Amino acid sequence: MTLLESKAWSVLSEIEDPEIPVISVVDLGIVRTVVEEEGILKVAITPTYSGCPATQVIEDSVVDALKAAHLEPFEVKTVLSPSWSTSMISESGKFKLKEYGIAPPADDSTDKMALMGEERQITCPNCGSKDTKMVSQFGSTPCKAHFKCKDCLEPFDYFKCL
Amino acid sequence: MLLLAWSVKGIKMNDNSNRLNVALHLGDNALILGHRISEWCGHGPVLEQDIAMTNIALDLIGQAKMYFDYAAEIEGQGHDHDYFAYRRDVLDFKNLLLCEIPNGDFAYTIARQFYFDQWHFLLLTELSNSEDERLKEIAQKSLKEVTYHRRWSSEWVVRLGDGTPESKEKMQRAIDDTWYYSGEAFIPVDYENGILPIGLKDQWMKNVKEVIEEATLKMPTDEWMQEGGKTGNHTEHLGFILAEMQYLPRAYPDATW
Ligand SMILES: [Zn+2]
Repeated sequence: MTLLESKAWSVLSEIEDPEIPVISVVDLGIVRTVVEEEGILKVAITPTYSGCPATQVIEDSVVDALKAAHLEPFEVKTVLSPSWSTSMISESGKFKLKEYGIAPPADDSTDKMALMGEERQITCPNCGSKDTKMVSQFGSTPCKAHFKCKDCLEPFDYFKCL
Repeated sequence: MLLLAWSVKGIKMNDNSNRLNVALHLGDNALILGHRISEWCGHGPVLEQDIAMTNIALDLIGQAKMYFDYAAEIEGQGHDHDYFAYRRDVLDFKNLLLCEIPNGDFAYTIARQFYFDQWHFLLLTELSNSEDERLKEIAQKSLKEVTYHRRWSSEWVVRLGDGTPESKEKMQRAIDDTWYYSGEAFIPVDYENGILPIGLKDQWMKNVKEVIEEATLKMPTDEWMQEGGKTGNHTEHLGFILAEMQYLPRAYPDATW
């Protein structure tokens, strides 16, 4: 990693996700690559859900942050492939989600099983109970499903696997 | 030599115009159906389903944007995705008629979504291996979302079909009435040739039948289908959708905030 690249990574890791402000766009896996080529910094970002309204905000914040850190000249481009998946969320990102009260995505296979009609087991981020129930597979933002805990009775968001 | 150059160029342009039309067809499906479902925002039968429908609408409109970005690149006239959404008229739209028919009651919305999702899922599964790199990328991305859509609409067909006598009757009526719009997707038009997969109908019938039977409903059998949307011959409903959707950008061109 070049000095410029590592500077860029640290600047980008300060940018919060507009909808979940405890987690950075780097932790979320939205920043795909940062490469210095012939003195130009090339940053590739990827949308989470196609229709996620935060995508444009994130792109703007990335541009603003790089400008503020005087890292010009740079290029920010959106890439679609390989498509974003929840497995791109870092371990520290998952931990921060849980602390914030959002159940982090279980491993991929859990939701695939659920898509086949089997029940998945999601742990309540509030009390740790595994006795939880999905209320709706669509939640407050495109990336979340809506659950409730049968033990502490609290509703909570689950960051669903994609 | 001159003639040869012309014909080679002719083929290439033709190929590009087919790809442009395919990108618009796929983008228009997503945009128009996305707009339709978004009309439920604030009117859903319960809060969770209101949210589910607005999420599905968002996904679809996001997918439309990806197809329109691609269309803009193929076209090469300096247009952007908003141009294709807001500056074209009814005859230019290439969406399936299924996408533009009105929401009706909740059962109609579910039936329309169910037929569409079942097809969309199969289409994107195939396109995920397309030789067209861009369509492949968009399909791989969208397929993950559409997997959730298909599950949602299929579950509702079963829940309403195998529900109370009233919900069953309404679901059956919706399944029957929207049926005539479900087959257009499988009738190829010229521009699809070699770009979109063919022969999805058998698998679609099988999947649809499975859900309809699980819902204890009767599978429609009529083979006559409405068509025309893919080539710009729309129902009277599309104009009203565009009037609402395009009003602002047409009244205040290039407005920003
Ligand atoms: Zn709990």
